Amino acid sequence: MNRRDTLKALGLTAIGSTALLKACTTDKKTSQKIGKSDLGATSGREDFEIERINELNDEKFFDKHEMATITILVDIIIPKDDISGSATDAGVPDFIEFMVKDIPEHKLPMRGGLKWLDVQCLNRFNETFKDCDSKHQIELIDEIAYPNRAKPEMAQGVAFFNRLRGLTASGFYTSKIGVEDIGYKGNTPNRWDGVPEDEIIKYKL
Amino acid sequence: MKEFQIKKSTKKYDAVIVGSGAGGGMAGYVLANAGLNVLMLEAGPFFDPIVDSHQLKWPWESPRRGASTVRPFGDFDAAYGGWEIEGEPYTKTDKTEFEWFRSRMLGGRTNHWGRISLRMGPLDFKGKSYDGQTDDWPISYDDVKPFYDKVDRLIGIYGTKEGMENEPDGIFLTPPKPRLSELFIMEGAKKAGVKVLPGRGSVLTEKLPGNNDRGVCFNCGQCSRSCKVYADFSASSCLVIPAIRTGNLEVISNAMVREVITDKGGKATGVSYVSRGDLQEYQVQGSIVILAASACESARILLNSKSNNHPAGLGNSSGIIGKYLHDSTGVSMSGFLPQLMDRKRYNEDGVGSVHIYSPWWLDNKKLDFPRGYHIEYGGGLRMPSYGFGGSTPMLNGLVPDRQGNLKEAGGYGASLKDDYRRFYGTEIGMAGRGMAIAREDNYCEIDPNVVDKFGIPVLRFHYKWSDAELKQAKHMQETFTEMLDAMGAIATSKPKGPEQDYGLLKPGEIIHEVGTVRMGDDPKTSALNKWNQAHDCKNLFVVDGAPFVQQGDKNPTWTILALSMRTAEYILEERKKQNLS
Repeated sequence: MNRRDTLKALGLTAIGSTALLKACTTDKKTSQKIGKSDLGATSGREDFEIERINELNDEKFFDKHEMATITILVDIIIPKDDISGSATDAGVPDFIEFMVKDIPEHKLPMRGGLKWLDVQCLNRFNETFKDCDSKHQIELIDEIAYPNRAKPEMAQGVAFFNRLRGLTASGFYTSKIGVEDIGYKGNTPNRWDGVPEDEIIKYKL
Repeated sequence: MKEFQIKKSTKKYDAVIVGSGAGGGMAGYVLANAGLNVLMLEAGPFFDPIVDSHQLKWPWESPRRGASTVRPFGDFDAAYGGWEIEGEPYTKTDKTEFEWFRSRMLGGRTNHWGRISLRMGPLDFKGKSYDGQTDDWPISYDDVKPFYDKVDRLIGIYGTKEGMENEPDGIFLTPPKPRLSELFIMEGAKKAGVKVLPGRGSVLTEKLPGNNDRGVCFNCGQCSRSCKVYADFSASSCLVIPAIRTGNLEVISNAMVREVITDKGGKATGVSYVSRGDLQEYQVQGSIVILAASACESARILLNSKSNNHPAGLGNSSGIIGKYLHDSTGVSMSGFLPQLMDRKRYNEDGVGSVHIYSPWWLDNKKLDFPRGYHIEYGGGLRMPSYGFGGSTPMLNGLVPDRQGNLKEAGGYGASLKDDYRRFYGTEIGMAGRGMAIAREDNYCEIDPNVVDKFGIPVLRFHYKWSDAELKQAKHMQETFTEMLDAMGAIATSKPKGPEQDYGLLKPGEIIHEVGTVRMGDDPKTSALNKWNQAHDCKNLFVVDGAPFVQQGDKNPTWTILALSMRTAEYILEERKKQNLS
């Protein structure tokens, strides 16, 4: 195939290219002979992967209060600005709910971290984090958002915020809003012909 | 009918091949095209990139956004399986470490690799005469060169002719041009005295002459997901599926091979396997049996194939099977290029294999370790995936902000959001892949106490790095540090000390393990002859990484392909002479 035929074939893959293969088996575990007449197959996922996703979607981890708190926190981390929407606009809270079930090592530190945050707020401001006014919320966040200058007694909060900040960035920049914000231009047929000339000049290469 | 019985097929194939990766795929391709009636057994499901690849999916099409929860190299990676597979354990002894990556699916581990395709050189085959540190192969580069050439023509590889003695040139397609960060790496390398060449990868950057079935690379950079237009090399798309199309090769999927069956005279007659679906036992017959189940799995099958004629396992009268296991060394470091902050955005996905690499460039007479390593480089404006931006709250404390002031690392809000944009595409990584010495006392063996869910005895590993690999790792870290400095990068990983093996990864983690059923002229010190034919059983062959005597610092796939093709052609010749029946 030349380049033009390649791109044409790529467009055809959704329905199966002409040169290749008709569907055969649906039962992925069965040992069966696959000969010339029945090439082709499945969806690119093992059965257990699909089962796992379904199970995780059926499970609910965070309660209503926790989700409301997460929603406020992720928008403090990534707010709406001139270029793009906020973390919640990009669906980050639901993503975090899924990820803590997918990577269960997140579960305890996330739940405990939210609790830590609420207790800090109750002691200082007599409200849980979610019910504090934004001035008080930011006052506390400022004490845990900068690992190098945070006070030693805030270390648990720093660890929690590091984790949450990482999850938030993961969720935001892998969403459609985030990919557009960051300016990723790929994932599409292209012809790479080296660094553009203006870049060569700019960087004196 | 009894509840459990072994289902024996009466059909006798000309050849039964165990495994559908690079080695099995190539043997199947050559034999099927020569008109032999071939049966291939694959321990996992069928896989055709055209329907099964996750190419061109966006990160949000994975609920875990590409995280490596179920697939070690990310949710879109083509490879099923990984280091741990439920119900299929392996064990380790003497507190040693070995990580065994298995990909049970059509194409095997060609579904996971960087498509970096390097020939072994003359010195790699004859290391003993060079420095006395390693055993010689019974064959030389000149024996393998014609097959490397044929593999280049059949599968396609890009690169440039350089005339380096131990980095032999091939028949090359045009290599991709460097990305922006790679131009900085090249500058830094030059200052640090490190040679950098255009990459060598098995991706069709232009039409492969004579082949109308495969597409040309359209620069999505996603070879790791496998290619729907077959523009990269996977054993499925380039070898097994074309072999099926001849009408001469059939694949049985989900067939987990237990052992090779031999007759009273000790000759191989077929294999027995358990089906993953019904968990029933089956036997199939072949005039010859070719193992290509991966270096360790082929050793496991042979060691489990005990009979009166072969009491120590089939082909193991030397006791050598399982020994001389060796994986490449691996050390990585990373950094970021502050001069690239706020860089312009454009599509630089390129190809999914390396655009540039460094072949081994130094003279060992001036060094305290034998042979060397090559370096692979990464970086660029890549598609965001789980973990994206994880380093930004650290990096933003290392360089001045837009106003020229140093700020506190970390943060949140509009300022942090701006930082994610500023740092995007500035990070680079470098990874060394080096020669480890094949040693008799690094081995896999059958664990006497443990079986897998199929009742098949499992492998137990014993592997220790030696001083040679540790010194090499130390040298890699020194080189990377010097290069990062020379290109104006700020390191984001720190060199590790002797207590952390100088950053040397665990054996097995580079997934280049070979050597467990090595070839040689002497049946006392090798299991196979120079044609990959068992000394003890003339109709048994091994064509994966197991026959390697000593790996170079080259990724093994291209050599597995060349040697498998060489063996398949030998089988055709020997059949004509009726030497195998």
